[in-house]
Parts: sequence; structure tokens; C-alpha cells
Amino acid sequence: MTINLKVWKQKNAKTSGNLETYKVDQVSPDMSFLEMFDVLNEKLVQENKEPIAFDHDCREGICGMCSMYINGQPHGPLEGVTTCQLHMRTFKDGDTIVVEPWRSAAFPVIKDLVVDRTAFDRIIASGGFVSVNTGNAQDANNLAIGKDKADMAFAAAACIGCGACVAACKNASAMLFVSAKVSQLALLPQGQPERESRALNMVAQMDAEGFGACTNTGACAAECPKEISLDNIARLNREFLGASISSQEA
Amino acid sequence: MATIKLDAKVPEGPIGEKWTKYKSSVPLVNPANKRSLEIIVVGTGLAGASAAASLAEMGYKVKTFCFQDSPRRAHSIAAQGGINAAKNYQNDGDSTYRLFYDTIKGGDYRAREGNVHRLAEVSASIIDQCVAQGVPFARDYGGMLRNRSFGGTQVQRTFYAAGQTGQQLLLGAYSALERQIGKGSVINYSRHEMLDVVKIDGKARGIIARNLITGELERHFGHAVLLCTGGYGNVFYLSTNAMGSNVTAAWKAHKQGALFANPCFTQIHPTCIPVSGDHQSKLTLMSESLRNDGRIWVPKQKDDKRAANDIPEEERDYYLERRYPAFGNLVPRDIASRAAKERCDAGYGVGVTKMAVYLDFKSNLINKYGRAEATKLGIENPDLDTLIRLGKEVVKEEYGNLFDMYKQITGEDPYEVPMMIYPAVHYTMGGVWVDYNLMTTVPGLYCLGEANFSDHGANRLGASALMQGLSDGYFVIPYTIGSYLSAEIKTKSISTDHEAFVEAEKATRERIEKLINIKGKQSPESFHKRLGKIMWEKCGMARNEKGLTEAIAEIQALKKEFWSDLRVLGEIDGFNPELDKAGRVADFIELGELMCIDALNRNESCGGHFREEYQEDGGEAMRDDENFMYVAAWEHKGESQWELHKEELKYENIKIAQRNYK
Amino acid sequence: MSWLTKTLTSSIGKKLLMALTGLFLCTFLVVHLIGNLQLFKNDGGYAFNNYAVFMTTFPLIKVVSYVNYALILFHAFWGLYITYKNRQARPIGYAVVKNSSSVFSRNMAILGTILLVYLVVHMSDFWYRYHNEALPYVKYTEQIASGNIETTPMEIGYTQETKKVETFNEEAGTKTVIVKDLYNVVSFSFQNILLVLFYVLSMFAVAFHLFHGFQSAFQTLGWSHPKYTPLVKGLGVWVFAVLIPTGYAAMPLYFYFFK
Repeated sequence: MTINLKVWKQKNAKTSGNLETYKVDQVSPDMSFLEMFDVLNEKLVQENKEPIAFDHDCREGICGMCSMYINGQPHGPLEGVTTCQLHMRTFKDGDTIVVEPWRSAAFPVIKDLVVDRTAFDRIIASGGFVSVNTGNAQDANNLAIGKDKADMAFAAAACIGCGACVAACKNASAMLFVSAKVSQLALLPQGQPERESRALNMVAQMDAEGFGACTNTGACAAECPKEISLDNIARLNREFLGASISSQEA
Repeated sequence: MATIKLDAKVPEGPIGEKWTKYKSSVPLVNPANKRSLEIIVVGTGLAGASAAASLAEMGYKVKTFCFQDSPRRAHSIAAQGGINAAKNYQNDGDSTYRLFYDTIKGGDYRAREGNVHRLAEVSASIIDQCVAQGVPFARDYGGMLRNRSFGGTQVQRTFYAAGQTGQQLLLGAYSALERQIGKGSVINYSRHEMLDVVKIDGKARGIIARNLITGELERHFGHAVLLCTGGYGNVFYLSTNAMGSNVTAAWKAHKQGALFANPCFTQIHPTCIPVSGDHQSKLTLMSESLRNDGRIWVPKQKDDKRAANDIPEEERDYYLERRYPAFGNLVPRDIASRAAKERCDAGYGVGVTKMAVYLDFKSNLINKYGRAEATKLGIENPDLDTLIRLGKEVVKEEYGNLFDMYKQITGEDPYEVPMMIYPAVHYTMGGVWVDYNLMTTVPGLYCLGEANFSDHGANRLGASALMQGLSDGYFVIPYTIGSYLSAEIKTKSISTDHEAFVEAEKATRERIEKLINIKGKQSPESFHKRLGKIMWEKCGMARNEKGLTEAIAEIQALKKEFWSDLRVLGEIDGFNPELDKAGRVADFIELGELMCIDALNRNESCGGHFREEYQEDGGEAMRDDENFMYVAAWEHKGESQWELHKEELKYENIKIAQRNYK
Repeated sequence: MSWLTKTLTSSIGKKLLMALTGLFLCTFLVVHLIGNLQLFKNDGGYAFNNYAVFMTTFPLIKVVSYVNYALILFHAFWGLYITYKNRQARPIGYAVVKNSSSVFSRNMAILGTILLVYLVVHMSDFWYRYHNEALPYVKYTEQIASGNIETTPMEIGYTQETKKVETFNEEAGTKTVIVKDLYNVVSFSFQNILLVLFYVLSMFAVAFHLFHGFQSAFQTLGWSHPKYTPLVKGLGVWVFAVLIPTGYAAMPLYFYFFK
């Protein structure tokens, strides 16, 4: 197949960018989307042109590094799939595909399609953990956790931190990401001691990073490659409001 | 340089008491002194993140480095199936000794007893720690933890979180690390790559790291440096490793005097999605846990053109069940991989390339899960469709994400047709040589996790990599580092203006400039592909003297070509993935040569190292315990020059035998 | 900052204010609709005009109505402020956007702005005129025994001190009530096809706004539950996005076509 690409090119955070047009021939339907970029980059090197920078690592849909906004959707048209797992059989010969970086004030562009997502790390550092030092743990089976709760916590914990929720949201809100972590730990007994401070601190950090507010459009959950549910956002709202009212901090 | 004398420093005493005694006698560092001791941790996977978090909790000042944009992306995240621990929750006779025994045997008697027993001892604490962190392991309705079986064992000791165990464990360690970052006791440097170890008076005192965004070279001091940088499977180009996984940090350490042990011990994982074409950039693993429920077969008839579902039961060859009735589909990885290769080489392979075998879930889906569910629901005499529907629901819960991933990649639905799988490079048992303390031959330089060589011998059992990474990070290094740092409390923080730092930075800069200034015609990627091809064909699943000798010459030629015809576009002082890649490929090329030299030296077949000259009539590997029961630790002496040091392995607690899974 | 300001100015707190005010306005819509259903009564506006007097004189209702006006304004401008802040979270937009959310949920601010314009028109049409203009008066004479009502418009220029003058004639067994004839104003206004269209279209905006808004408020409050959320969603769609706007839209149409 032949694919026409329009890709965002931007030298660094300080300069402005623009969409550039490329043509990739002999694309196999079995190629992954990123392999198509590999082929293009190899061709660019041969032509003495600088390759397109893009983030990627595990290429099996779990590390959360790949982050392309493809034809108006984060990670492209398929549901529950990251960019690296998107294969060219999804597209047709002659298609024009527009590829842009995640867009958010909190995710500044580093180069081309690469953005800085360290805001997510800072949010986790503000409370996305259980404070248990190494060696403090009791026997794992001393803590019985019902299967339904364990399963719900696991579903929330499946978040890969890719930022597609932010990219998809018209407000560039990070609520789905934050709610996934808050939910996971709020559902488990291990998370109870820090339940209130976690919700308060993580939301405060999220706001400080410059993400927008949630307006419940549901785009985040619809585009999430790990299909994290909107129920988590409701739970975060509940956790946050409850903690605001009942926490002892004046 | 003085000649290196390898001392594993395994404590004296009975195997079951070594670690306990060590812990109670190792020198300690008092809390006030810990605050003035700085530790550098390179790599933030399971080993790195758990070590950094634990050391910071103890009071040390820690800096972490990772080349990814976040510590959470390290490739430990992609481990799927599970983590072993000798908890005996299933009441099936498991014990520390059995885990120890299984690991030594699975490693084909090429691992160090003391280290492996310690690993088995701390395995249970790992599960406790992870559960306390909120890792959502699979549970039964009563709330207790579940287990499943993995290859090479006859007990159920593998803890798991669907097919995303590595992700959940890493996120646990990452959250512990982020907690320390939030407190300011760890400073994290993301998108930074370590490019050299700085030695002062023979001791590791820091690193040179490149800021991958700005291209700046940075100097960082540490009283000790921990390399937790993962394995080198990407030397084969196609592997289940992440695209960025590399050997650079370990290799720089090697060139600074750290010995590199058993580089030829690479694990070829039996259940990966087969290669589909030249464009392929990586291979995807289908968890070993699938072998719990899938049966592996090929048609009995050569070059059978029928679709898998059209081949009747009696015309299928379940070759693992046939050859190894005791362990069946759950033989260790090296054996399963070679058996698949044997069938394909003999012409029984399936799929377009004929380089694949079937992994079939149908019978277990119907008989094991479907019937159990039907009984639970009180359905009497369920029809086939009901059984399939019920079975699918269970399988979906156990492996849903893996099945989805398979479908994404191949376009085929594994609930309907058998998966096609083929072995692929997955893990490297070899790595930087370390002693019982996890210290390399460079004082103050430690190596943890897959990057070191220590615990898996010639073959790693499934679900043991996560165990080792977390064992090293949470429960071993916090103790063992004390034996070194207790003697360093008088060492003041050394200024990075010290000439050793200046020189190391200069050398690093010169090398980067050299890479970018070759201005040849071929991309780093193309050299990597060619190296991978040589390695896979001549130093892959089966090796022989002729091939290895050729490979060494080919790699040397490739290296020459690399340094004269490489093309690196982009700038030196900015974000430049091509430049990063070029440096990594340069190191892989050198490593590839050493791997072939090691494979050529080891005139035996053991574990993941299969020399065609050394096999029994039935095709089973033939070990040579008399001549090769040692760790081959290589010292870098100059370009293409290495000196072999041997660490003899002594088995005092396990009777050495031919591995038998029949 | 006190915990309360901190909470209410956080991204979730800001939305909480929208949710709470929104839900209050939803209840207002229900009450207002029920009251206005009296327009459909075929009594020459007797019930409706009396209702108008009651609504504008009963002290508690008056207080509530001023709270209501304040909350409408707050809801509108707070919403616009949040929208403005959310825009800042994405300074550079996408060249191509393929949305996976509902068009209503993305355009609450636009729908809300339409509603604000509608409210200005609506208030100046009826509320402002009722309070500030010399509307004609009407006299209702009710036969207490039979309940028959006789409607007599007062002569032009008639005015009275209070909003409602009520007298009883025991001999005749009648009750006489003189009130401002808002009913007539309504009836007259809705003879204008343009105004009718504007009202009906605005009710579509109400429908779309509530289609998303009602259940969204519950989500913001964190009231999500597998058992009850479907009920909330059903209520939001069938009652608030269908029944109520239809009820309101029926009024101008009723007067245009049947009066």
C-alpha cells in the first residue's frame, strides 16, 4: 500500500512547528504503525533528511511510551489499542493520515511527536502510593481482599500512563489518569490510611500542572487504550469531595 | 593492572543459614552517616526502582537515571505471566528448598548455589511487600491469593495479575520510588543515558550521563553506583525486549574493568508471535503461562496444507507431551524452544513461513474451563457451544489482554483458531559478573537484576526474572551495600571537577563526536539489523564451531564498516534518537563478538546454550560438568581482546544430574 | 486559603459548583413547568394570573426566586469561566479532531450561552413587563357555587395599589378578583411566529444542555453506582431532555395554533 502522511515537525520546545507531508510506499498490511514510521525514517536517512522523532519503547502496548495523535484520535481509530499495536491493515491504500503530538499545556513538545509527560510522575509522587517501607509488610494472605474489589482495583491499575486521556479530552484534563490511581488504592485495604490525603494531594498537583477540568464528556474513557472506566472519575470526585469535607486538615 | 582474582564471597556455613548469618554480621552504616552517602542507580526497572526506593527509605541520598521519559516505562513492565515465590499457599509441597532446587536444575547446574538459595529465601517477602504496596494480584472469591504453574516446576507457586504481572509489580516499585522522589530523598533524571562509569583510585565514584533532550553531558558523583540496566537481548535485533533496551551501561562498566560473565547464555522463549516480514522491529511474547492451558502441536504429516481446525485429533503431534510426559507442555523454556525448532527444521512447521507451531486452547477451553463452569452453574449435559462460551469467559479473565494483543498483531482470533508461535530471544542469563554482595569486580560498582549474571545459570525458569529483580532491589542490596559503604563513611563527596570526571566526560564527548562525524551512508538501524542477523543465525538457538568462528570474523568486519560508513543525522546538542541508537549499536557490536567467543569457548550444551556438536542421540543437550562447571567471566583487555577468568561452581547441596523432564 | 476556598477553586470544586447550581436549576425547571401548565387551563387565565400574583408576592417564593436568578447568573458565568480556563489547558489545538464524545457534552458552553440569551429575552418579555409596565388588568367573577368564571377586561388605564384585589359578594354568591392580565400578554406574544420559533428552538438547547448536564452533575458529585446510575441517566434523558423541554415548547405552540 501507499500511505500519505502529514506529520507534525517541530525542532524543539522553543520553536513553532508545522505539518509536513511524506509519502511511504510498499507498506505491508502486517506492519505496525510504528514500523511504517521506521520504514519512513530509514528512507529519510537515505535521503539525508533528519528522521521524525517519536516516542516508543516496548511496542507491545504496555509501557505507555508511544503517543501519536492519529487522524484526530489518540492512538488512532481502534478501540483499546495503543499506537504500537495499531497495524496498517486498519488503513487503506492511498489513505492520508495526519499525525500530531499530544496537545496539552502540561505536555510541552520536546521534538516533533515527542512530548514531556513528567507531569504524570509528579502527580504520582504527590500521593499515588502506599507508604510502606521495604520490610514492613505482613504476610500477603493476612489481608483477604474479595475478588470483586481486587478485580476492580486491577482494572483501574491497568492504566499505562500514556496520556491518551489528556490528548483526547477537549479540556486536556488528566482526571482519568489521576482517578485510575486514586481508585485502585481507594478500593484496596492497603490504601485506606492515606486515602484522604492521597485524593487531596493528587488533585492539587494535577491542577498545579495546568491540566484542564473534567467536563464529563467521556472522550478519555472512549480513547483509553486500556479502557479505564469513567466510573473511576466519579469515584475520584467522591473521594476528593469526601476528603475535603472530612479530613482533619483545616 | 593487577590480575583479577574472582572471589564470590559466599558466606561459610550450611546453605540454609548463609544469608541469615550474613545479615546479622554485615557491617552497618548508622543513620547519620547514611545521609551523607550518595548512591547512583542507573535504570528504573524492577531492580533499579526497588533498590532506589529501599535505599532512600533507609536514609541514603539517591539519584536515579533512566533513558525513558518516566521510570515507569522500564521494560520490566512488559513481563506478563507472573512471579514465583515459595509460599506454599496451594499446599502442594512447595518450600524454599524446592524453589532453590528447581532454579538450579532449571539453570542446568550453572548457577551459584549461595545466591540462588538466598533468592528462594527472600521470594516470599517479595510477595508480602508487593501486596502491601497495593499490587492487585489475582485472588480467589475468599480473598486469598491465587497461583498458577510455570515451566520446569511441579508446584503452583506463580503469583500473577492477569497477563500484566510485570506492569503491576513495576508500578508498585515505581510508586515507592516516586514517594521518595516526592520527599526529595531521590532525585530522578529521566531521558538520561549513562555513558560511562567514573573511577577514582580504582573505585566507582560516579557516572557521565547524557541528557537526551539537550544533548548535554553531565557528571554525577556517587559513593557507589548501581547498574540495574536490564539484559542485552537486543543484540539479536529482533527480541522481545523494548526498542530502547540496550547493553551500553553494562558494557561501559565492562570496559572499565567489570568482568562480563557467561555472555552466551541467552534465553530463547518458546512462545512468541512468529516473524511476519522484513519490516519487523520486535517480537512479541505470548506469556509462558499460556502453556498452562494451551497444548502445543504440529501436524503429523509434513507440509500439511489444511487449516488447523480441519486437522483431526489423531493427525496432530503433541510433541512435548509425547517427548516429556512428566512435564508435558510445561518443560523449561530452552527445551520447549529447541523442540519447536526441531519440528520446524524437520519440515512439520505451520503457517506461511513454516516456522511456527500451534498453541491450541480449544481442548482446555472446553474440557477444563467450560465443564467446570457448567458444573458450577448447574448446567447438566451442556452442549459444545455452551462449553465454548463458558470456557471463553474464564480464559478471557485469565489471559484476555494476551489474546487481544495476539489478535491485534496477527489479525487472527485465538479464541477461534490456535495461536501460531515460534521461539524468540527473550532474556539473557549472562551479564556483569557479581559476587554474593552483587558487587562487580570494580569496587563500589554493583549490578542488579537481569544485567548481572548471577542466579539463573544457563537457563532461567519462567516467572523468576521478576523474582530476581525485586529480590536484588528490595531485599539484597539494602544489606550488602552496607559492607562496602560502612568503610566509606569518611569519604567526603568528591567534586565533579575532579580530573577523573573531566577526563571521562572528554572521552565520552569525543566518542559522540566521532559517531556523528563519520558521515557515511548507512543508518544505525541498518547496522543493528545486520548484527542481529549474524547473531541469530550463528549464535542463536543452535550454535556450532564453524558458525561461531565465521560470526566473529563477520562481526569484526561489520564493526569496521560501522565506524567508517555510519550516518547519524541530526544535532549533537539536542534531542536525537539516531545518535542514541548509534552509540548503543556500537556497544552491541562489541558485545556480539564476545558472545560468540564465549559460545565458542564453551564446548558443551547446557540450558540456553546449545552446541550442535554436543548432543545426545535423541537431540537432548549434553553437558560437560567435568570441564565446564564454571562461570566464564571475561576481562576486557583491548579491542577484540578478552581474558577468561573462571569461577568454579561447587554444588554442596544439590546432587548434579542430567536434567530430566521425561 | 481556607479549606473551603481551596476545595471550591480546585478543578473538581469548580465543577461541583456547576453541578449543584445545575441541579438546583433543574428543580426550578420542574416547578416552573408545573406552575405554567396552568396556561393550558381553559379559564381565561384565571388560575395562571392568580398564580403569577402568588409567585411574585409570597415572601418565601420571592426569596427563592432571587436566589434562583443569582444562581442562573452564577451558573452561566462560572461555566464560561471554566470554559475559558479549560481552553488555556490546550494552547495549541489539533489540525484534525475526530471526536468520540457526544456533541452536546462538548458544547455545553455554547448551549448555555444560547440559554442565557433566551433567558434575557424571556425575562424581558414577561418578568420585566409584569413588574415594570402598565399591563392591562382583568376582572374575574366567579360563581362560588358553580365555579363558573366570567372574564371582563378592565378599561385601559385602570390601575390598582396591590397586585390583586379580591372582593366577595355574599348575596350574589360571587367572588371578584382583579389582577394584571399576564395571561393575555403571553397569549398575545405567542401570536408572533418569530418569537414562537425562538422559544421552541431554545427548548432544543435546553434539551441538549440537560441531556448531558443532568447525569453529568451526578457524575461530578461522585454519585455513580451500577444499580442507580442507569436510573439517573434515564431520568436525565426522558424527563429532563424530553418531557420538560417538550412541555415548555408546547406553550408557545399552543397559543400560536389554538388561541
